[in-house]
Amino acid sequence: MSAAVPAVFEAVKVDYAAIAPMLVVVGGALIGVLVEAVAPRSTRYGAQLVLTLATIAAALVALFVWAVPHKAVTLGQSLAIDGPALFLQATLLVFGLLGVLAMSERFGGKSADAFTPMGASSPGSPQEAAATRAGFATSEVFPLALFSLFGMLIFVAANDLITMFVALEVLSLPLYILTGLARRRRLLSQEASLKYFLLGAFSSAFFLFGAALLYGFSGSSDLKLIARAITTNSSQMNGLLLPGAILVLIGLLFKVGAVPFHSWTPDAYQGAPTPITGFMAAATKAAAFGAILRIAYVGLEVSRWDWRVGVGLIAAATMIVGAVLSVTQTDVKRLLAYSSVAHAGFILVGLLSFDGNGIAGVMFYLVAYGLATLAAFAIVAMIRQGGSEATHLSQWAGLGRKHPVVAGIFGLLLLAFAGIPLTSGFTSKFAVFAPAIHSGGTMGVLLVVIGVLASAVTAYVYFRIIVLMYFTQAPEDDVVALTPSVATTIVVTVGVLATLLLGIVPGLLLQLAQDASTFLL
Amino acid sequence: MSNPYVPLFILLALGFGFAALSVGTSLVVGPKRYNRAKAEAYECGIQPSPRAEGGGRVPIKYFLTAMLFIIFDIESIFLFPFAVAFDQLGLFALVEMVLFIITVFVAYAYVWKRGGLEWD
Amino acid sequence: MHTLIQSLATEGAAATEGGHAAYAWLLIALPALGAAILLLGGKRTNKFGPALATGLSWASFAVGAVIFVTMLGLGAEERAAHAELWNWIPAGQFQLSAGLLVDQLSMSFVLLITFVGSLIHVYSLGYMEHDPDKRRFFAYLNLFVASMLVLVLADSYLLLFVGWEGVGLASYLLIGFWNHNPAYATAANKAFFVNRVGDLGLSIAIMMMFATFGKVDFASVNAGVDGASTTQLTAIGLLLLVGACGKSAQFPLQSWLGDAMAGPTPVSALIHAATMVTAGVYLVVRSHAIFEGAPNAQLAVAIVGAITLLYGAIVGCAKDDIKKALAASTMSQIGYMMLAAGLGPIGYAFAIFHLLTHGFFKAGMFLGAGSVMHGMNDQVDMRRFGRLSGAMKVTWVTFGLGWLAILGIPPFAGFWSKDKIIESAFAVGGTRGWILGLATLIGAGITAFYMSRLFFMTFHGKEKRWTDGQHPHESPATMTVPMIVLSIGSGLLGMILAFAGFAQWLHPVFGGEEHEEHTNWPLMAITLLVVAAGLLLAYWRYWREEVPKRAPEGNLLTQAARADLYQDAINEGLFMRPGIHLTRALVFTDTKGVDATAGGLAATIGGFSSRLRRLQNGYVRSYALTMLTGVVAVLGVLWVMN
Repeated sequence: MSAAVPAVFEAVKVDYAAIAPMLVVVGGALIGVLVEAVAPRSTRYGAQLVLTLATIAAALVALFVWAVPHKAVTLGQSLAIDGPALFLQATLLVFGLLGVLAMSERFGGKSADAFTPMGASSPGSPQEAAATRAGFATSEVFPLALFSLFGMLIFVAANDLITMFVALEVLSLPLYILTGLARRRRLLSQEASLKYFLLGAFSSAFFLFGAALLYGFSGSSDLKLIARAITTNSSQMNGLLLPGAILVLIGLLFKVGAVPFHSWTPDAYQGAPTPITGFMAAATKAAAFGAILRIAYVGLEVSRWDWRVGVGLIAAATMIVGAVLSVTQTDVKRLLAYSSVAHAGFILVGLLSFDGNGIAGVMFYLVAYGLATLAAFAIVAMIRQGGSEATHLSQWAGLGRKHPVVAGIFGLLLLAFAGIPLTSGFTSKFAVFAPAIHSGGTMGVLLVVIGVLASAVTAYVYFRIIVLMYFTQAPEDDVVALTPSVATTIVVTVGVLATLLLGIVPGLLLQLAQDASTFLL
Repeated sequence: MSNPYVPLFILLALGFGFAALSVGTSLVVGPKRYNRAKAEAYECGIQPSPRAEGGGRVPIKYFLTAMLFIIFDIESIFLFPFAVAFDQLGLFALVEMVLFIITVFVAYAYVWKRGGLEWD
Repeated sequence: MHTLIQSLATEGAAATEGGHAAYAWLLIALPALGAAILLLGGKRTNKFGPALATGLSWASFAVGAVIFVTMLGLGAEERAAHAELWNWIPAGQFQLSAGLLVDQLSMSFVLLITFVGSLIHVYSLGYMEHDPDKRRFFAYLNLFVASMLVLVLADSYLLLFVGWEGVGLASYLLIGFWNHNPAYATAANKAFFVNRVGDLGLSIAIMMMFATFGKVDFASVNAGVDGASTTQLTAIGLLLLVGACGKSAQFPLQSWLGDAMAGPTPVSALIHAATMVTAGVYLVVRSHAIFEGAPNAQLAVAIVGAITLLYGAIVGCAKDDIKKALAASTMSQIGYMMLAAGLGPIGYAFAIFHLLTHGFFKAGMFLGAGSVMHGMNDQVDMRRFGRLSGAMKVTWVTFGLGWLAILGIPPFAGFWSKDKIIESAFAVGGTRGWILGLATLIGAGITAFYMSRLFFMTFHGKEKRWTDGQHPHESPATMTVPMIVLSIGSGLLGMILAFAGFAQWLHPVFGGEEHEEHTNWPLMAITLLVVAAGLLLAYWRYWREEVPKRAPEGNLLTQAARADLYQDAINEGLFMRPGIHLTRALVFTDTKGVDATAGGLAATIGGFSSRLRRLQNGYVRSYALTMLTGVVAVLGVLWVMN
């Protein structure tokens, strides 16, 4: 079982063009930390914002100029910059851009509105009050977001279980911190952060255990070599394959919030600062599905008949539990959390089709869902009562009368989540269900039936909110929608436009996703 | 020696044996005169931190120190093998190492400038 | 417009792609534009909004008329034309384009929808004159017309589904239009929930079509039927039937229609009588190829139709609320259409024929009812009407024409269409023919009774039973003119269509051999006798005799009929009770009163949800345990399976 150790060290070949976007992002993040260290307090917010946006924009440029023409498996087989990786990296960068814009929203204040002025102070302490008075800001959120984004970019390209694990941690750790930085209801936020961290560590352990078993099975952590070991059936330890595969997948399914590994989702989504929730829901999900796609289609594809049923069961449970539990939610953020659980189930249905169209459908879904989700959470952040976020559903009653435009946009996004035709939600559901029916066999059809039933249940939930906003008398209270700045306006506008365009003319993006649906080996 | 693990096991046994022996001997041979300081936890000779049960709190500075330790610990873990094989690794590895040290340095600079190294 | 006709005429003859369908998108675009302007324009459009909406609706009708005239100029085989709008989902194996199909069937609907729809726009100008939210109302009306046109012009099941959801939404918004009244909002919710059940059937049917045929456009599905197994077709057919039942208020999904009368009366006339509720019939007729390949599903359609037509008729006999009585009658009449559609090729044309005539006379009667309510301070209890014929002459005459039409008295509209359905039902032959035929015949008798009861109780009778201070008066011209136009339709449309050979005109849509038209004179005589008996019974009880102002207790059957044959109670027992005590977590204020059916399924899910919710207890240790259990379970399942 000894891997060949080279007698002489050979430098790995690095295709710098292919990994340029990641280098740009991590470089920007490091500069961000330095800015945090040296820049005077008053200039940090502006400097960080400009730096972060410029970094992501530069990474996007680098992606299209250098990486796209340079598809390659590089860094000693550990990164595969191929169609799906590039498609998802571009998606993640766009999510990052919008997410950062949402995080920067100040609502007329001195610092980013969603984040506590001083993360280290105890909630309610004199230090906290002093920090608020002095107008401190946790501008570290921007470099943290960049680090997380960096991890995600590697995650979707990781062609090796160890690289993937490192990426998983790099993307998760900043998110744990970000989750705990809410300005209001800080205890809830910190509790959410701790829960997310503990359970994240727990799931990482599963991933590592699975990776170890797969290594034991194949003698390598390289996905391609694992696939080869399965194909040639050369291993002496066949018993390790199935548990290894399932444990690795479970470690990743935790990140997308699949049932029964979803329990962190509602708590973390509710506690986290709302823009972070949006960022998590959109970007983490996209990154994690990118990794699952690669593991399932590159590493474990040959043995799929063994583990497919297991993941199918998880998909069914995810759709059912996500949909059913969203019925009794009374908090808009928790409700969207359960809805994101259900959506993860729908995406899994497409993923299990094992078909190029399935890959395309999954990627399309991630784009459509992510953009709508970012916009939805941006709107949640705007609805206030007495200065704090009004997330209880009863506070949304009659919002349609007070703020018809805001409520109308939110209604449209809900319609998209419900999968009503001519919105992106419908085309994306179609894009994942069609391949499942086409090449998913009996299980595919069964899952689609469950999916359609589950979406009927969720539609009920979403329509309930629309009814609540439009058909209920507004109680005499002071719930208002704050006037957003340009940043939030951009996020919402992009979300709405994407929801409509991807519903009416999804062809362009679908075609792009299909062209990008081949993995490099 | 047919099996390369045998020396390992011998070493392991020796290690355990030594620990057991020294603790056991001191238990048997050593004088037993108790005072308060002896009953307290041993923390490098400084005032022990209050116990967590009963509402005591551990200073956050401990955590900070531990984190800083990890930063430099990891740095040395990477630096050591690099230093050993420096002549074979060539320019490429040197550049990589410098980059690595820069990233650690960035974290260090942040902690330093933000007052993380000031004890009080 | 002249150039449009010319260009249509020259292009139309050339190809079936494009041709006179090239401008069909205008039909949809015009009312959609109206809805958009009114909704987005906000208060600025308050002044001219309603008039604009009405104008755009008429413009849509004008386009429809031009296309129709062009179509008439073509040979029978060239009349169907298709226009591709855009390539909706163009990638890989899930090719799907959005296109419009203009053929005889869709044109019949287009003309009905735009014409009756426009008339009702005009009527609403008067009816809603003093409503502060008039603009919103007209926006919804335009939205409805646009969605309904999408539904009937779609060239694929998927686009049809878009329209299907669209009309559902518009209907929902309009039923709940006066949502300050919680009962009305509840009615809207009930309609919504019941419709979701139907929509679910339709969407699964579409999925199955995709699995079976690989395509979901009408042409490919029709072409692929031969290659599919009967089991597949039966499953698809039954699911389509579920969809149709939800939308068309057919048994067992009929319970929402009565409550939907909470909406403004023009809405009841347009959506819940003339157009939307007939979408189910359209769906079945449009899917004729599938049903012909699945005789069992087809039989199910006929049975559902028969049950509903009797159910609606019986319920109609006991209702004192004029709108609810009309709603029950609508249910029953759609039952006739369903039954006809379930008879196979001999019935399709008559189903559509009856649908058209019914669209006119029922809309006319609803508008009449609205006019009565308008004159009687929104009173709907027929026991407080009586002898209104003197005070409201126009309403009386126009309503009377509708009444004669639905009874099937020659030469009014219903006679030409309903009699044909009765004949066709008997013509099926065998036990089936007898059972279905008798159902339609008995239904005709009961219909005569309850419609005459309604008419006499409202406009005639021994005395005026008005509440004090009532001064009934005729409605303004914006309301009476549409009523007059519709009543002319009730009077003449049947005859015109029958003599113009409507059935033959429609025939190319269904293909197959043309069957002989022959009239069954004895049956017609029997039918008329049965109708006359029903009418006389009603005359004797509700004109000659005094009608009590308060409903007498009545016998068991009357009580049952009054309570919609206990349908709500059954639904409640089946769906609601099991979950109701667990659904205290519902948030919004008006849910407490959510109606039996409405809450039923939802409550069950809600109960399930509350139970599941306890797993989410907030302790990280139990979350970790859940995860671990999950891991062990998945590994266990896989270990057992391999």
